[in-house]
Amino acid sequence: MSTGRSRRPVDSPLKPLGEAVRRNRKSRLVGFAYLAPALLFVLAFTAYPLAQMVWVSFHNWSLISPPRFVGLANYTRAVEDTQFWVSFRFTLWYTALITPVLIVGGYLLALLTSQNSPLRRFTRTVIFTPVVIGLGVSSLFWYWLFSTDFGLVNRALLDLGLIDKPVLWLGVDADISNLAITTSVVWKVIGFGMILFVGAIQAIPADVTEAAQVDGASYRQRVARVILPLTMRTVLLVTLVSVIGSLLAVDQFYIMTAGQPRNETATSVFYVYLNSFPYLKLGYGAALSMILAVFILVFTIVQLLLSRRSHA
Amino acid sequence: MSTTVRSTGRARYLVAAVCVIICTVMLMPLVMSVLASLKPTVESAASPPTYLPHAFSFDSYQRLWTYQEGLPAYLANSLGTALLAIAITLALTVPAAYALARFPIPGKEVIFVVLLMALIIPYQALLTPIFLMFAKLGLTNSLLGLAILHTAIQLPFSLYVLRNSFNAVPPELEEAAIVDGASSFQALRWVFIPSTVPAIVTVALFTFIMSWNEFLGALVLMSRGSMYTLPLVLASARTETSLGGTDWGMLQAGITISIVPCVLVYLLLQRYYVSGLMSGAVK
Repeated sequence: MSTGRSRRPVDSPLKPLGEAVRRNRKSRLVGFAYLAPALLFVLAFTAYPLAQMVWVSFHNWSLISPPRFVGLANYTRAVEDTQFWVSFRFTLWYTALITPVLIVGGYLLALLTSQNSPLRRFTRTVIFTPVVIGLGVSSLFWYWLFSTDFGLVNRALLDLGLIDKPVLWLGVDADISNLAITTSVVWKVIGFGMILFVGAIQAIPADVTEAAQVDGASYRQRVARVILPLTMRTVLLVTLVSVIGSLLAVDQFYIMTAGQPRNETATSVFYVYLNSFPYLKLGYGAALSMILAVFILVFTIVQLLLSRRSHA
Repeated sequence: MSTTVRSTGRARYLVAAVCVIICTVMLMPLVMSVLASLKPTVESAASPPTYLPHAFSFDSYQRLWTYQEGLPAYLANSLGTALLAIAITLALTVPAAYALARFPIPGKEVIFVVLLMALIIPYQALLTPIFLMFAKLGLTNSLLGLAILHTAIQLPFSLYVLRNSFNAVPPELEEAAIVDGASSFQALRWVFIPSTVPAIVTVALFTFIMSWNEFLGALVLMSRGSMYTLPLVLASARTETSLGGTDWGMLQAGITISIVPCVLVYLLLQRYYVSGLMSGAVK
């Protein structure tokens, strides 16, 4: 992170000390006035909900009856809740499946397009475009593409003779659904990692790679010995961002499978949503949120430490 | 870099071919979806589907225009929320970034960390308490409520980008204004804001795209059909079955309309988007 230390207040050094101190005190108040709205907003809409979530997680509450204190019961219930573990395992499985594709694929695309020729620039723009489209919307049109009878994926595979009857892509088999959804999300977000990798690769000083080339290193050797090591921190950072995103996945599953079959494709956040909203088990939903938030926190702290170092 | 790799002729053609193939693969789903929105009613419900429309028509858009509350209502909800979110985000973060960059406030580092708190807590986890609070305040089924949630999601990133940008404004510019008798607000208005326009555009752009696309929070806060944003109404149109099942043509029309503003804004302001991404992901 760049320096957070304040620059010197803008006092002319010629002024008498008393006035400088008075101005300083005044500018403290003025500064605080500029800061206060944002601070109040964060306290009201982030800190307070966080505190309330902790409180609710120790209660049983369905909005209809008043909250009843139950201690750790919601947490012990989560540990024994088979569906919670099914969701958690499925989320991990999805994350394990998609992360390598995004990172390795994104890096290969970055190597391909990192130079600034018009065609490569254009390719970069095209690959990045889906990133700005909403995940909800992209899930909807992939839902159409993968639809059994109306989708172009089955139509194309049938025409190519790769399958002989339409595949039931979504909501029937957990693994096939996962594969279809992973495909759609890779399409949607692979450009995110790519663009950051391109930034990192372009930041390598030209003389470093030139020196390697003069020494007779082949392209593959230069990638393995020079480019990859020098961009490793970005790779780690993007991996963490991407893992956190996958662990919090919900839109694509809500839209493409609605958790089917038998909630086997309900991710963790989806399960929290189901408990809190349609089922109105607010206390239990809050406890599940807490477990999830703590789990994510570990990854986030590593990410923040890593990026703090990368700015140092 | 361009001088470091002297591609041989064959390698260059190979790279070009791979680029063209990748572009085709990436663009295909988008193009197919847009084209499908232009199929006439009967063709858009055909099974197996046609690859390309055999005839063009705006039937699907017409059906979407009058679907339930009508497309204009949903567009107004989505756009209204996004604009409100941009306004609130900037109104909060521009002064705050100014304060953090230029004023001697005790405990400033701690305050900055508190303000960035939401980076550590996924908002998905906070939706239950936020829903409870908003229900009490009458902010559910309200564009303002959804805009507040979107601001809460986007505030840390925005503040971070703006503070860095305010930090980079040369102190001499500000000193000159102060010597001329400008108040701190005038300095903000006439010195800082004009010199941080790129960062402000970046923040507005990210807030727009996030708010326009955000799904789960809207799903939780907006239970009344008339308050749905575009993604919500499309997701519900997916499951709703008319006589012939899902109205695929209308769905494609809605998808196209949701995609166009994001892609346009991105293509026009690509520079800001990418620079924001670089500083944001390395938050």
